[in-house]
Parts: sequence; C-alpha cells; structure tokens
Amino acid sequence: MGFLHRHRGFTPYLLLAPGIAFLGIFFVVPLFYLFVESLKSGSFDFGYTFDWAWSNYWDAIRNYKGHFIRSIEYAAIATLLALLFSYPLAYWIAFRGGRWKNLLLLFIVAPFFVTYLIRTLAWETILADSGPVVGFLRDIHVLGPDGRLLATSVAVVAGITYNFLPFMALPLYVSLEQIDQRLIEAAQDLYASKWKAFLRVTLPLSLPGLVAGTLLTFIPAAGDFINAQLLGSPKQHMIGNVIQSKFLELTDYPSAAAMSFVLMAAILIMVFAYARAVGTEQLTG
Amino acid sequence: MTAATATAARPRESTLARFWAFVRHNLLTAYAILAFAYMLLPIAIVIAFSFNNPAGHFNYTWSGFTLNNWIHWDAVPGIRSALILSLEIGLLASLIATALGTLIALALVRYGFRGRGATNILIFLPLSTPEIVLGASLLTLFLNINAQFGFTTILIAHVMFCISFAVVTVKARLIGFDRHLEEAAMDLGASEWATFSKVTLPLIAPAILASLLLCFAISIDDFVVTYFNAGPRTTFPLFVWGAARVGAPPQVNVIGTAIFGVAVVAMVGNVLFQMRRERSNASAA
Repeated sequence: MGFLHRHRGFTPYLLLAPGIAFLGIFFVVPLFYLFVESLKSGSFDFGYTFDWAWSNYWDAIRNYKGHFIRSIEYAAIATLLALLFSYPLAYWIAFRGGRWKNLLLLFIVAPFFVTYLIRTLAWETILADSGPVVGFLRDIHVLGPDGRLLATSVAVVAGITYNFLPFMALPLYVSLEQIDQRLIEAAQDLYASKWKAFLRVTLPLSLPGLVAGTLLTFIPAAGDFINAQLLGSPKQHMIGNVIQSKFLELTDYPSAAAMSFVLMAAILIMVFAYARAVGTEQLTG
Repeated sequence: MTAATATAARPRESTLARFWAFVRHNLLTAYAILAFAYMLLPIAIVIAFSFNNPAGHFNYTWSGFTLNNWIHWDAVPGIRSALILSLEIGLLASLIATALGTLIALALVRYGFRGRGATNILIFLPLSTPEIVLGASLLTLFLNINAQFGFTTILIAHVMFCISFAVVTVKARLIGFDRHLEEAAMDLGASEWATFSKVTLPLIAPAILASLLLCFAISIDDFVVTYFNAGPRTTFPLFVWGAARVGAPPQVNVIGTAIFGVAVVAMVGNVLFQMRRERSNASAA
C-alpha cells in the first residue's frame, strides 16, 4: 500500500481496472461485433462477409415493422398498467405500513423469487381454457362460449405487466418513503384539499421513482419474448421473438443483429426523449 | 312535519356519511390487500401444483395431492444436472461480480478522477440494454472468436450482467458512510490496508452480502442471456423452457418452490435482523 500512498492519483484506476476491463471486453466489444455483424451479407452455409450492407436495416424495419410497433405498444401499455397498479400500493406501504414496511415490501418482491419462466407458466395455468378465469368470463358472457384468453394480446400484456411489476413498485416505494410527511401536512394547513396536496406535493416528490420505475419496466418489456411465446400465439409475437429465432434457429445473424440495433436505438431514443421531458438527472446516479 | 322529517333523516344521513368515511379511509387498505393477493396468486399456483398428481402429461389441472414429486424431485432426466449447473454458475458469478463491483464502487464514491462520468455511464448502460441485445451481442463475439460454448461462456455472461447490480448495491451503502471513521483510524496510525480491512470492510460487509445475494438471485433466474450463450449446456431455467414445450413436469414446480422458499427465508431473516437492529439502535439512543 506504500505504492498507493505515494501515487494516490492511480488508486481509483487500479480499483476500476479489473471490472471496467471485464465490461469493456464482454459488453462494449460485443456490441461492436454485433454492429459489424449487422452490416454483413451472405449466407450461413457460405459464410457472411462484411460489406456495409445497410440494406439489412431497411429490410429489418420494412419486413418487421408490425413486430416493432407491437413490442413498443405492448411495453407501453404494460408500463402504464404497472404504474397504475403499483402507485397506490407503494403509497399504502410507504404511508400506512408503519413498522411492517419492510415485511410488506417483501410481498412486492416475492414474485422475483420464483423463476421467471415458472411464474409465466403459472399464468398459463391460470388463464388456461379450462381454468377458472376463462370459465367465469364465459359465464358472464364477456367471452363467447369458445372465447379464450391464452393466445390473445390480453394474456401477453397481462403476463408482461405482472412479470415486471416489482421493477415499478420498488423505485416508487423508495421515493414515496423518503417524502417528509410535514410537507404534506403543511400543504393541508395552508388549505389545500387532500387531493390537491397529493397533486402538488406528493406526486412531484415521487417523480424520480416514477421515472426510474417506468424505465425499468419499459426497457425489459420491449425486448421480452417469453410472454409472447408462452402466453401468446405467433400473432402476438414481438420483435424479441423474431431476433431470437433468427439468431438461434435460422442462423441469419446479420439480419438479427440489425434488428437488435434497431430495437436498442428505438429504446434509447424513447428513453432520452422521456428523460428530457421529465427533466430528471437521477438516471445515471 | 318538515322538522320531523329533518330530525328523522339526520341520524340516517350520518350513518351513511360515517359508512362513506369508513370506506374512503379503508379503500386504499382494501386495494392493497387485493393487490397483494394478485401478486401472490401465481406463486400459490406454483406451490400448489408442486403437490399435484397429474393424470396425464400436463400439469395444468388439479387431480389430487401427492408428496411423490418432492420425494422424487430428480426423477426427470436432466433436472438434477441443470440445477447443479445453475447453482455453480450462480455462486461463481456472484462472487466474481461482487468483487469487481465493490472495487468499482469504492473508486466511484471515494475518488474524484478523470473519467468518472464515463464510468458511471458504462455501469448504467448494461442495466438499460434489453437482455436480448446483451445476449445477442455476446453470442456474436463468441461466434466470431470461435469460442467453445459451455460453462465458461455462461459464467462470463452472468458476471457481465451482474457487475452493474453489484456496483449499484455497494455504492448505495458507501454514499451514506462516515469517512471520519477511516480518517480516525489513520490518525491513530493504522496503515491504509489495516484501515481498509479493519474499518471499511466490516462497515460495507452488509452491502457486500446484499450484492452477493442479489447477483445470485439474478443469475439463477436468468433465461434470455443464458439461452443465447449456453451452447450444449442446460441451466435450470433452460430446462424449464425445454420442458414447457412438451408440458412441464411437477418437479419443475418443486424446484421453483424450493428456490422460492430459500429466498423468502433469507429475506425474512434479513428484514427481522434489520428491525431488531433498528430497535436496539433506538433504545441505545
């Protein structure tokens, strides 16, 4: 440590070196390789060669526009539903939870302790044609006698919403919990109605959690393919399903790589636009 | 006449008003209870169906209680080796990622240095990249360098997506940390290493433990990135995926329930420990 003491300026770099090198080699470099791959042309049997094949991108967008739009649509709806569902719950735990807060929080995280795929399979059981939910909905004629939930957008969006709920509820809870109760009391002392105090004090103060929650939900939701695969049919397939099958089943690497970049670009653009709109600098810590 | 109706109507009105106030006051609580039920429903299904005695090939409909699935949890070919692989990867990946992440967190919180902002962004990026892109890019790298897919590629993938979580977890703890304790140790003649091992490390030990648990949980649950980079090997989630195509056996639910049980015991223990510590802190103060 004598060396470190004499060269204090180096210390942070020595601490960073192993981890950053790892991320550099196995996160940044792979993205570069993916980018190069996306500009190759040829075939799997004769090999792909790099020749600035930008057409991969145009083809990806043109041929799979529906899948891209559906992914964004499903992710946006699921994010909104998760927000509407989680906000009152997080609010209740933060303001009414008392000394049981941490234990109640455990209920929110509990779904994460069951393997993602098994959780989704459980929804398959719940929404199955012979299951109680479909039976009830048929009885009250919301669904026709042959109506189903599985293999519909409803099932896929419901699955996505459920699977990413904790990502929304946790950051919401964290920012609600930090709010100084006296601020809300002050607003009410100054004759703000309960509702107005919520809109003008609580809601703005919980904005960082709301922003973090929406991003943490939207990003994985847009790239998801498991819910569409297990709860949907090919009609509900999202861009993740296409990328997955092109990579692993059809071995059409360049086109799959191009789609991955389009997806990433679409998400990044939306994230930055959103971050600008709400004007938060909490994102990168 | 009018006076009589007015006096008769008043008590009824006030009961109604009181009822309305009661409903309004408890509406949120009722909602929270329903919300928790919704979040826990699929978990209950998973646990219940681990005791199911399926009549045919599908474990979708309830057809009788049995303990057989628990007694013969590894009766399904491949399930034992898949679980062992998941545990090995989870253990190694969480150790490596937490070690690398702790060093990065120390550098970020303790030192002002050139490139700090860039480092923060590099840590943030993997968290905001859809898993499918992480998996696809790493696959492209491995394909291009002709890597042998298997244990090593899975381990690399898991360390890669765990590092950022480790950094964030440890950083959160370091930020609220009193530097004067370390200065005091140094003033009393402790070397830099002695200060680190006797003062810093014990103080951030809970954060390191939290990071280990979090990384382990994320690793053992991961499907997407593993699916792209596993080659011929099968982790537990990959096993579930394969089994789901032909109807997952109840043993899948058994292991899912077991993982859930271990995680809940660990979390409840942690929460109770924290509550006790808070109480003893409060009584000491």
